[in-house]
Amino acid sequence: MIYNIEYETMPREALEAIQLRRLRATLERACAMVPFYRKRFDAAGIAPADIKCLADLARVPFTTKQDLRDNYPFGMFAVPMDNVVRIHASSGTTGQPTVVGYTARDVSTWAELMARSLTAGGAGRGDIIHNAYGYGLFTGGLGVHYGAERLGASVIPVSGGNTKRQVVIMRDFGPTIITATPSYTLKLAEVARDMGVDMGRLRLKFGIFGAEPWSEKMRGEIQRQLNIIAVDIYGLSEVMGPGVAVECHEAQNGLHVFEDHFIPEVIDPETGAALPPGASGELVFTSLTKEAFPVIRYRTRDITTLNPEPCRCGRTLTRMAKVSGRTDDMLIIRGVNVFPSQIESVLMEMEGVTPHYQLVVDRVDNMDILTVKVEVGDAVFSDQVRRLQELERALSHSIKEYLGVTARVRLVEPRGLARSEGKAVRVIDNRRIS
Amino acid sequence: MKVEQISVFLENEAGRLAEVTGCLAAAGVNIRALALADTTDFGVLRLIVNDRDLALGALRERGFVVRRTEVLAVEVPDRPGGLHQILRVLDAEGINVEYMYAFVRQSGDRAVMIFRFESVDRAMALLSENGVTVVAPEKIYGL
Repeated sequence: MIYNIEYETMPREALEAIQLRRLRATLERACAMVPFYRKRFDAAGIAPADIKCLADLARVPFTTKQDLRDNYPFGMFAVPMDNVVRIHASSGTTGQPTVVGYTARDVSTWAELMARSLTAGGAGRGDIIHNAYGYGLFTGGLGVHYGAERLGASVIPVSGGNTKRQVVIMRDFGPTIITATPSYTLKLAEVARDMGVDMGRLRLKFGIFGAEPWSEKMRGEIQRQLNIIAVDIYGLSEVMGPGVAVECHEAQNGLHVFEDHFIPEVIDPETGAALPPGASGELVFTSLTKEAFPVIRYRTRDITTLNPEPCRCGRTLTRMAKVSGRTDDMLIIRGVNVFPSQIESVLMEMEGVTPHYQLVVDRVDNMDILTVKVEVGDAVFSDQVRRLQELERALSHSIKEYLGVTARVRLVEPRGLARSEGKAVRVIDNRRIS
Repeated sequence: MKVEQISVFLENEAGRLAEVTGCLAAAGVNIRALALADTTDFGVLRLIVNDRDLALGALRERGFVVRRTEVLAVEVPDRPGGLHQILRVLDAEGINVEYMYAFVRQSGDRAVMIFRFESVDRAMALLSENGVTVVAPEKIYGL
């Protein structure tokens, strides 16, 4: 199903005409209202009026996470505070949090895009949505919530945590849709099993998962354990929140970017040069309709590719591939680029290995040492130490073969890895060079 | 005649073994025999207990990875060469002992050892043919 037929299936020429009109208005307003953008444009010797076509966007300077931090908390807002009805913020685990604001119209636009996203993921009126994204400063919970209400579905605002209660609610309320981070979903299934509840036999039909990168193997695992169709949703608070792009359940092949509201680009993270469709690079977004917090060529640090081909679901929107890693998650181990998602793919190739892992990097005598901790599941546990050591060696060998990096694989007890109620902690880098 | 052993995966970390024994104590499970094999990273604890279902349930509840394994309890004459005699019989038929460990209590005047074989049925038949006593499970769980 498609929520907004007009915009989601619009011919490209018509869509691009709308994009150009909205882009120019956004640039004008950002430069008029936000000193940061005005200075940035002046420094680059460019004015909003110089942008005559969409290709001219490549001449506009980038905005980075650091720019947002430098303008903490409200320096990037493009409307007076009277018009801001909502504030969200990133967790700030890696530095100062970034703060974003929304006008009433922004909240409404977001609800529309989330209604489109939920529809693409298989939801409709009459569905019950178990929303296990966290509510609060994080955009996940409220983003899904408003979209679900716009769509006319019933939403259970269960938020994150209290996993046993969540299982009981899922068993008793019979939700047909689940929205959560993929890692928390697997934890839910694990806790359900311990409680004697088979998630595969509940009324669930579809799941819409995001907020962290996840692999196709992990999708397979979720689909099998929950007996549902799982789609990927993408978003980040700086750009809006969830609902910037979403997969359709019909094709499950790339995430449709809502291009009537955002222009996606893929650039070379080193040089900043725009890359052609199909080339892998850093994803960059420019917002087209946001009032309180417009972003211009915002560098997401997410690695993906773009595919402009129309999808068999009927949408004409450009699709971005599942995010394959982050420029800042990327570990450089003895000169080799390693993304956690690549390690995950290798682990999941091995029969019976759980998708719960953690990468630990240490520097010993000026050498980078990568340790991959993998949880032992019932399927691979053996009473023979030899077999477990063989498994460690086999995994280590596969990692070396596919990624070209030497890793020490260590089997750990399940639940031995820090697994927050939300996002999985995938990387611990102890190489802080003081 | 096969005895069921419980194996537990343990990280090499202070206090993990005590977690297992504490968990079994709280559940009222009696440990009959025990052996720990370890590497630098992890260990595998092997247990013979009086009530396997109770033990498995209690350990799983606490999040341990556990499995059941079939082993043989074999009577070993308590004199020089007693164990050697048994191993020779197995060796002659090319049956490999994966690991073994001893019971604390004896069966009459004989020692009892737990053997883990890859091919448990073949081993059991062979031992019986050669007059070696394989102890009945009920006796082992209560020994």
